[in-house]
Amino acid sequence: MAELTYREAVIEGIAQEMRRDEKVVFLGEDIGKAGGVFKATVGLWDEFGDLRVRDTPISEQAILGAAMGAAMTGLRPIAEIMFSDFLAVCWDIVTNQIAKSRYMTGGQVDLPLVIRTANGGGARFGAQHSQSVENWAMMIPGIKVVAPSTPADVKGLLAAAIRDPDPVIFFEQKSLYATKGEVPDGEHVDEIGKAKVVREGDDVTILALALMVPRALEAAERLQAEAGISASVVDIRSLVPLDTQTILSQVKKTARVVTVEENPRLCGWGAEIASIIAEECFYDLDMPIVRITTPHIPLSSADELEDAMIPSADRIFETVRQEVD
Amino acid sequence: MAKKAGAKKKAPDKKAQLNDDIGEENRLTMWRLQLEVRQVEQRLHDLFFQNLIKGTSHLAIGQEAISAGFGAAMRPDDYTFCTYRGHAHTLVRGASMTGMIGELMGKECGMLKGKGGSMHLTDVEHGAMGSYAIIGAHLPIAAGAAWQAQYNKTGQIAACFFGDGTTNIGAFHEALNFAVVWNLPVVFVCENNLYMEYTPISEVTAVEHPAADRACAYGLPSIIVDGNDADAVFRVATTAFDKARAGGGPSLIEAKTYRYSGHSRADPATYRPEGELEEWMKKDPIPMYRQRLLDFGVKEDVVSGIEEAVLKAVDEATEEAKASPPPPLESAYEDVWADGGASWRN
Repeated sequence: MAELTYREAVIEGIAQEMRRDEKVVFLGEDIGKAGGVFKATVGLWDEFGDLRVRDTPISEQAILGAAMGAAMTGLRPIAEIMFSDFLAVCWDIVTNQIAKSRYMTGGQVDLPLVIRTANGGGARFGAQHSQSVENWAMMIPGIKVVAPSTPADVKGLLAAAIRDPDPVIFFEQKSLYATKGEVPDGEHVDEIGKAKVVREGDDVTILALALMVPRALEAAERLQAEAGISASVVDIRSLVPLDTQTILSQVKKTARVVTVEENPRLCGWGAEIASIIAEECFYDLDMPIVRITTPHIPLSSADELEDAMIPSADRIFETVRQEVD
Repeated sequence: MAKKAGAKKKAPDKKAQLNDDIGEENRLTMWRLQLEVRQVEQRLHDLFFQNLIKGTSHLAIGQEAISAGFGAAMRPDDYTFCTYRGHAHTLVRGASMTGMIGELMGKECGMLKGKGGSMHLTDVEHGAMGSYAIIGAHLPIAAGAAWQAQYNKTGQIAACFFGDGTTNIGAFHEALNFAVVWNLPVVFVCENNLYMEYTPISEVTAVEHPAADRACAYGLPSIIVDGNDADAVFRVATTAFDKARAGGGPSLIEAKTYRYSGHSRADPATYRPEGELEEWMKKDPIPMYRQRLLDFGVKEDVVSGIEEAVLKAVDEATEEAKASPPPPLESAYEDVWADGGASWRN
C-alpha cells in the first residue's frame, strides 16, 4: 500500500490504463503540458506524448463531441471538463448525443468513454465553479455516474470507468484533491455500481457521497463518543448504477436513515434514494427519512457563507443527534 | 488567407467525356444513387399522406446531387455524419431501403428497430455513423471519428453534412477550429438550400455565403460548388478527400442547392417567393444528369434500366416494410447499456 493524494490517484488511474491499452487517449483543456489546472494530470503528457494526451482549445462541445466520435469508431477516450459547471455548455453532447446514441440506433453504437470533471464546492470559487451537479447526470438514462471519496476509490473506479463499455461521468470533488489515503500497490481496478459500508453501526445509517463521506465519518465518530449513537456510514460511490441492495440492507438494520448531500436541495440524489426506501422498506423505519443538503441556493464565495451552506461534520452531528434522540 | 477556389463559374466543359477523370462507372453509380434518393424520398412522402408514417420527416428532394456525388467519392470504410435531413446520406452509403422505410413506419424491420425514426437513421456497418437532430452537434463528433482515423493511421475520412442554418451555431465554429488545429481528416459540407427552416438564411447571417465566407476564419480556402451537379460535387469531394487522406487536414465546402418541399412535413413553404421553386426545378439535378449521360453516349436502355431497377427496389422495400410487424414491447427495455439492458440498480 502506498499513500497517495486524491489527485495522484487520478494520475495513477489514467496512467495504469493508458499503459495497458493503446486505445485509451486523453483530451482536455490544459491537461497536457500544463498538467491540469488542479495538477491532477501531471506527468501524463511526458509519458504518453502528444498523440495520446492532447491539449484542446476552450471548446467543450468539441472536446466531448470528439470524444464521442472517437469512442464510436474504436478508441477509448477520457475527456476532461475542467469544472463540472462547464458541462452546461456541452450538455447537448452529453444528454442528447452520448447518452442516447446506443439506444436510438438499436444498439449499433458503442460509446466507451469517460468524462472526468472537477465537481463541488469548498474552494471559494463562487457559484459558477463550485456546483455539485452529479444529479444532472443521474437523471439521464444512458450515463453511468461515479463520484469517489478516497484516493483508492479514485484509482480503482477510474480504471473501471475507462474499461467500462458504457459512457461514465466521473465526478472528482475538487476539495478532496489534496487529501491522502492508502492505495493498493500494482494494478487496481474496482467495480462500478457497488456502494461501500465504510463504518458499521446499529442506530442510524448515514448515506453520503464524495466530500460528504469524510464529513459523515467524522460526525459518526463524534456521535459515538458524545451521544452514544452508533452510525453506519455508506459511501454511495456510484449513483448509476445504484447499489440499492447495500443501502436497503443497512437501512433495514438500523431503521433510521439520513442522507448527506452536497447538492442544492431539490431533486438531489438523496430524494431518489429516499423514495426507494419509502417504497421498499417503509415499515422497517423507526423515524422519517432525513435529508441534509446544501440549501436551495447558489453557493457564495466568502469563506463563512460557503462553509455555512455545504453540510459540515458539525451539522451532520447535530442533525443526527436531534433526530435520533 | 486569400480565397483560393472561390465561386468557380461552371463552364460547359467541351472536353468532358464519359471516361474522363470521373468515368462511366462513377457516373452510373451517381445516376443510380440520385434516383434511389429521389424515389425513396418520394415514397416516404406518399406513405406520410397515407398515414403509414407518423412523426416528422425532412426531405432533400432537389438536393440529391450532393449526397450522390459525395457518396460515390467515398471509400466503403469512410464515415458519414449527417442531420435529421439525412435519408439521402444514409442511403448512398448502401443502407437497406427496407430498413429505412421500415424505420420510418415504426416497424420491427427498421434499421434502428423502431427506436430512432426519420431523424436518427444510422447504419454503422456501412459507415453511416448517424443522423443528428440537434443542430451542430455532429460536427465535433465527426471530428472525433476523424481523430480515430488519424490516430490509427487508417486513411479513412469523415464526411459531415449539415444545412446552412448550422453555420450560425457555436458547435460549427468549435468544430472547425478544432479540426484545423488538430489537422483532422474531416470534410465539412454545408448544403445551402437558402432556408434556415422557415427563414431565408440571408436574413439571419452576417455574410453572403454562410459557410464559404467563414472558411477564412479557420485558415481554410473558400469552396463553393454547384450542389445540383453531381459531377461537380464528385470532383470537389475527391479533391477534399484526397487532401484529408494525405494529411492535409480538413476542408469546408458549401454546396448551393434547393429543397423542393418545406422544412419538414408540417411546412408547406408558403414563405418562398413566387416562381423561386419553378426556377430551381429547371435546374433539377436528375433530368439534367440523365441528359448528360445520353449526351455522353450512354444508351437509353442503360439509363432507363437503372431507373426501372431503382423503382422496383423501392416497391419491394415498401412491401417488405409494410409486412413487418411493429417492434416487440420488450425491446423498449433493450440497448440502454452495452449489456443490452436498461437496469440502473441492483
